Amino acid sequence: MTFGDRVRVASVGLRARPLRAGLSALGIAIGTAAIVAVLGLSASSQAGLLAEIDRLGTNLLTVEPGERLTGGAAVLPAEAPGRLTLLGGVSEVAHSARLEDAHVYRSAEIPAAESGGIQVRAASLGLPDVVGTEVARGRWLNAATARLPVTVLGAAAARRLGLGPGGRIWLGGRWFAVAGVLAPAPLEPDVDHSALIGYPAARDQLDYVGADAQAGPPSTIYVRTQTGRETAVQPLLAATANPQAPSEVRVSRPSDVLTARAAAAGAFDSLFLGLGAVALVVGAVGVANIMIISVLERRSEIGLRRALGATPRQIRAQFLGESLLLALLGGVAGVLAGAAATTVYAAAKGWTVVIPPEAWAGGIGAAVLIGAAAGLAPAVRASRMSPTAALRTG
Amino acid sequence: MSGEVVLELAEVTKVYGEQPPVRALRGVSFTVRRGELAAIVGPSGSGKSTLLHVVGTLEPPTSGAVRIGGVDVAGMDDEELSRLRAREIGFVFQQFFLAEHTTVRENVADGLLYAGVPVAERRERADRALERVGLAHRAGFRPSTLSGGERQRVAIARALVGEPSIVLADEPTGNLDSATGASIMALVEELNAAGATILVITHDADLAERLPRRLRVLDGEVVSDTGPAS
Repeated sequence: MTFGDRVRVASVGLRARPLRAGLSALGIAIGTAAIVAVLGLSASSQAGLLAEIDRLGTNLLTVEPGERLTGGAAVLPAEAPGRLTLLGGVSEVAHSARLEDAHVYRSAEIPAAESGGIQVRAASLGLPDVVGTEVARGRWLNAATARLPVTVLGAAAARRLGLGPGGRIWLGGRWFAVAGVLAPAPLEPDVDHSALIGYPAARDQLDYVGADAQAGPPSTIYVRTQTGRETAVQPLLAATANPQAPSEVRVSRPSDVLTARAAAAGAFDSLFLGLGAVALVVGAVGVANIMIISVLERRSEIGLRRALGATPRQIRAQFLGESLLLALLGGVAGVLAGAAATTVYAAAKGWTVVIPPEAWAGGIGAAVLIGAAAGLAPAVRASRMSPTAALRTG
Repeated sequence: MSGEVVLELAEVTKVYGEQPPVRALRGVSFTVRRGELAAIVGPSGSGKSTLLHVVGTLEPPTSGAVRIGGVDVAGMDDEELSRLRAREIGFVFQQFFLAEHTTVRENVADGLLYAGVPVAERRERADRALERVGLAHRAGFRPSTLSGGERQRVAIARALVGEPSIVLADEPTGNLDSATGASIMALVEELNAAGATILVITHDADLAERLPRRLRVLDGEVVSDTGPAS
């Protein structure tokens, strides 16, 4: 028999009872769809995060004060940003200083404890560019407004305060005008939760004064390196920022957090994967059940085929083939449904659609294995049926 | 009739079960030559169905020899017997056994499925076989749209399509009214006249009466044989 003949004979039962075939393939389709969708969605969300990391760049490094050897918080030297600018491989430097004692309120009437978790930070003028954000509404600080009681809010701070450009906030015991609002800065969540003011304003309005009557020292320095130089530059930052005590400087790469999140997103949801596997097993039982019934019902067909000259092996191949076809049908339908679900969800989230090959190949492969497992016993039974016994029932 | 021997039984017995054993065939011997049309006639329980199964190689005899086309089937395994059936034996059953989901042409073509004939040739030969039974105009129909007589003609076409050495017809008119049954027997005679060797198994003595040779079976033995028509 040719391959075409084998397929034709294996599909006899399916063509004779298409509704039954469809329903018994449905269980496998649901299981495969669940597995493909889970794998596809985790891969797509990972691709989405990786694309975001790509957009934000992995060449941002931050320098912060660590612990003193003698205990207590260290402080960065005020001249650290200037020195870092001169370091080879560094393209841009910005910095900010958190004013621990200053808090932000919508008005003077609000109790002091309800600061809403919003930080007050003095910021250098290059900050939005370096941390990878931009002005969403209004304007950023300039040399003039940096001296005045003017603030720009981070995205989360603006949302919490319910304020935009043109409003004013009670900051550190006096009114500040809101000049603008920044877009979210995924690499620097602290900036998102801050009300940013100029260093001169911090010094003049809020008494943030360091040595020789200048503004106080920065608490975070943001360093953009030239693309690809970040690993070369990273080990040099601590000693450059604080040559006297390099061990009191902490250097980190914010994109590492996002990379870790992307890795976590790529790890699929084992609960749903388990549910998919359960559905597959139920589907397999359904196919096995249908095959057993089918062999019993079609005894006269088996007898006729034996009389026409079918060998036991050909009868076995027919029923095994039918079971494989059923499972394959379910598997292909499931892969298509799972891929469609992934496409719809990923498109809604703005992710690139990624269906990993192991998802669809594995889905179809699992379906074929199930078909073989579910069909083997009924097929062997059909092939062992005596032709005369099979004919007598007709 | 002096064609070559296509079927030969020598002292064939068939015993079913052990306690107590049922002796369905007790030493049956006869030969059928090419071009013969013979009836095996007997009441139910006489062993004629067992005889059909043994002759059709669907069941092995307990003892004795069955030769089909000069080949002894003893010692053949299931695969070899299946191939022998595919080439040498055509079956017609009382219940027709047609596949309802497909066309008459495909049903007839399936008679060649296990003989290793390519699909295009199967269909072409099916059309010719349908012509021989007068159903060429029904080739594209489904069996469920056909009358009982037409359905049996389809089954006969399926048995003939492979040009077997012998056609075994088991109560071919059993599910048909007498007029339709008569037309089927007329077709059987016509096909025999055109060269087919046909063995009809029946309990119907009247039907057997019109055939040129009759073997009467009773209690597992051939009690009379009118012999090959001369």
